[in-house]
Amino acid sequence: MEKSHRLYLVYLSLMFSLVLAVVPLPAMVKLFRPDWPLLVLFYWALALPFRVSIGTAFVVGFLLDVLVGTVLGVNALAYSIIIYFCSVHHLKIRNFSILQQSLVIALFLAFYHYFIFWLSHFLTGVVFTMAYLWPVVTGAAVWPWIFWLLRRIRRQFKIH
Amino acid sequence: MKPIFERGPSLPLRLFFAVLCSVGLMTLDRFTDSSTQLRSYLTATVSPLYYMANLPQAMMSDASEQFMSHQRLLQQNQKLRETLLRQNTQMQRLQFLQQENDKLRSLLGSVPVADSKRLVAEVLAVYSHPFSNQIVINKGSNDGVVAQQPLIDDLGVLGQIVSVGPTSSRALLISDTTHAISLRVERNGDHVVAEGLGQSDEVRLMHIPHSADIQQGDKLITSGLDGIFPEGYPVAEVVRISRNAQQPFLQVYARPYAQLDRIRYVLLVWPKAKPEIDEQIAPPDAQASAVAGDF
Repeated sequence: MEKSHRLYLVYLSLMFSLVLAVVPLPAMVKLFRPDWPLLVLFYWALALPFRVSIGTAFVVGFLLDVLVGTVLGVNALAYSIIIYFCSVHHLKIRNFSILQQSLVIALFLAFYHYFIFWLSHFLTGVVFTMAYLWPVVTGAAVWPWIFWLLRRIRRQFKIH
Repeated sequence: MKPIFERGPSLPLRLFFAVLCSVGLMTLDRFTDSSTQLRSYLTATVSPLYYMANLPQAMMSDASEQFMSHQRLLQQNQKLRETLLRQNTQMQRLQFLQQENDKLRSLLGSVPVADSKRLVAEVLAVYSHPFSNQIVINKGSNDGVVAQQPLIDDLGVLGQIVSVGPTSSRALLISDTTHAISLRVERNGDHVVAEGLGQSDEVRLMHIPHSADIQQGDKLITSGLDGIFPEGYPVAEVVRISRNAQQPFLQVYARPYAQLDRIRYVLLVWPKAKPEIDEQIAPPDAQASAVAGDF
């Protein structure tokens, strides 16, 4: 029973999303890069809320901090808070249509970016430009595809 | 229905622990110095991920080299040969000038500028976050890289190393908001400090009084006063000056010579061994003339 969870696939997908977050891209495209780790975390927190929740979110956020060189703990904190709200409301969000889910995701992403900006502003002093919010739009746009892909993986390998 | 969170502590409690841990981490990282070592261990641990992330690009460039036509290779070879020839002739002249300069410096009684060791490194990852401009390179402490080491390319100064792992290290670019660099205006020797704005094509000069003699197109070179960057490397060119008398200082913006948003190869410069300035005090005449030159 315990062996058939296949949770390693969940961690593999999270690892892959972290790699995607640091793949070198041209400067023009870089601004539009969606927050892959957060989107993948969303899916798993919605699908398997009792396996993936705040602990996993904290670890992934911390790894992202190390990878991208923010002040340690900034992304860990933001991810934990967002996945907390996601876990609390997972039954509601699951029942939304995919477009409604995208909107909810956009809200979460906007909150995430404002939060990161605010923390960075407090810790290192940066200035805000609207261009920082592009990942909110692209993130909401790629959500249906991520949802579809990860659901296929989950059903194929019977992860539960 | 089966309660979902039957195992382990409740959600708010988990959140509480996560918040506590991250706030602790932030305080540790930002407000104490102990995290530099920790960061280099962490960078070392995650460096396989960088190599993985770099794989597609490396494969692409390999493939494009494989499929490059014979004709184009020959053309490229020809062009490189010409460049090499041109630069070698310039190099001969440079060596002569260097000798002459050393001789003149020794006549003046000041320390000759020593040549420093260099190493080429490849960029593994460009930190994509808009708040911060950092890169990760594929050389680490195994190659002798140390923290605060300057990083240049063929156009100008790029930045400095901030944390070192065994096989990779992280560098802060001059355009980062937390970075500042001491510069000199090449035309008249005025000292200025340039801080990053988080944009790859602009830095700002801090605290320039309204009376300062600074013009559009002025070339800014490193002054060597910060003790990190060697003297005399080109950094940026003044592009915009707004003279608003209501502001306490001039608003001067400069564009870095190096193209900070498309770095592929970088040159690591080892700071030369500190000359014993304490023992070799320059004669008062030389000091006076140096001060006179500054103002």
